Amino acid sequence: MAINDYGDLNEIQLDALKEIGNIGSGNAATALSAMLEREVNIAVPKINVLDYSSVCDTLGGPEQLLVGILFGISGDITGMIMFLLHKEFAHMVLNSLVGSEFDGYSGLDEMDKSTIQEVGNIMAGSYVNAMAAMTGLTIDLSVPTMNVDMAGALLSVPAIYYANISDKIIVIEDEFGHEQVGASSHVLLIPEVDGLTKLMKSLGLDS
Amino acid sequence: MSKTIVVGIADYNIAKDCDVLVTYALGSCVGICLYDPLTKIAGLSHIMLPTITEFNDPRMTLQRGKYADTAIELLMQSMINAGALRIRLRAKIAGGAQMFAPINNKNLAGIGERNVIAVKKELARLRIPIVAEDTGKDYGRTQFLSAEDGKMRIKSVNRGESIY
Repeated sequence: MAINDYGDLNEIQLDALKEIGNIGSGNAATALSAMLEREVNIAVPKINVLDYSSVCDTLGGPEQLLVGILFGISGDITGMIMFLLHKEFAHMVLNSLVGSEFDGYSGLDEMDKSTIQEVGNIMAGSYVNAMAAMTGLTIDLSVPTMNVDMAGALLSVPAIYYANISDKIIVIEDEFGHEQVGASSHVLLIPEVDGLTKLMKSLGLDS
Repeated sequence: MSKTIVVGIADYNIAKDCDVLVTYALGSCVGICLYDPLTKIAGLSHIMLPTITEFNDPRMTLQRGKYADTAIELLMQSMINAGALRIRLRAKIAGGAQMFAPINNKNLAGIGERNVIAVKKELARLRIPIVAEDTGKDYGRTQFLSAEDGKMRIKSVNRGESIY
């Protein structure tokens, strides 16, 4: 069966995506912990297929200030991965790595920006490696590009790119914790639909 | 008591009297405000893409509010149905930012700018003059349109507020 839309995914296929998300999130927590040189806990990730307006609600409304890091994926699967970091998360990263505070985009210097991008890079790599390891497919990541702005404005980029295909995207919500500080991030996996078909085929879940 | 009417992505709506239309967090999308100062009928459309003809999936072409070359005319028509006069309509537009540097998807490059160009072309075709514009750059905008005076208010994270 060809998958035309994320909404066409059946329960088993969704479970497979959830498993990829679980492994990816686990790897991301390990990588984050190594980078920050401190223990990072992670709650069981929530994985959903949502439409764009509900994604905004999940993120705290369209005007919620977030850090967005966008990657292109290419190889056997093409599409995008977008990381959305809440300010507590950005703050945790900056504070541990370069000792600075997060106070919005205008307050970020080049060092802060490249630090956040690098963390995004390593985390995106965790998800992509999980996907590649499970499926045997080759998946490459582009260099990251970032912005800090309203959730809705950041999301408009993948929304527009896939507007002709689907109104839905795969959202992995991770809650990372360090001591008393909870810091959440969202990962949006946005494979093109033929990539999704390939992904399911490689897992033997295409019928 | 004025009420606030929210216009979602790929949607449009109209307002009268002292009501306010709002669309949140325009990124590369473009918000088009139309206003008839005599009848005080206001309309707002939030488009995502330049043209419907680029896509041939029939499921998607049903969503006419999504494209510059279909949505604006629909908005205009519903304002006329509500009593507005076409020749009195004036447009104010916002959005069309480039939120991220281009990655490997060529189609995505300059989509904000292409949306703005498509909106201008469509407004020219409908002979509606543009009297204010806050477009481009790399930041998100929330757009309000007041039916009482036709003023467009733009709010952003780092650049405060502007009224047009």
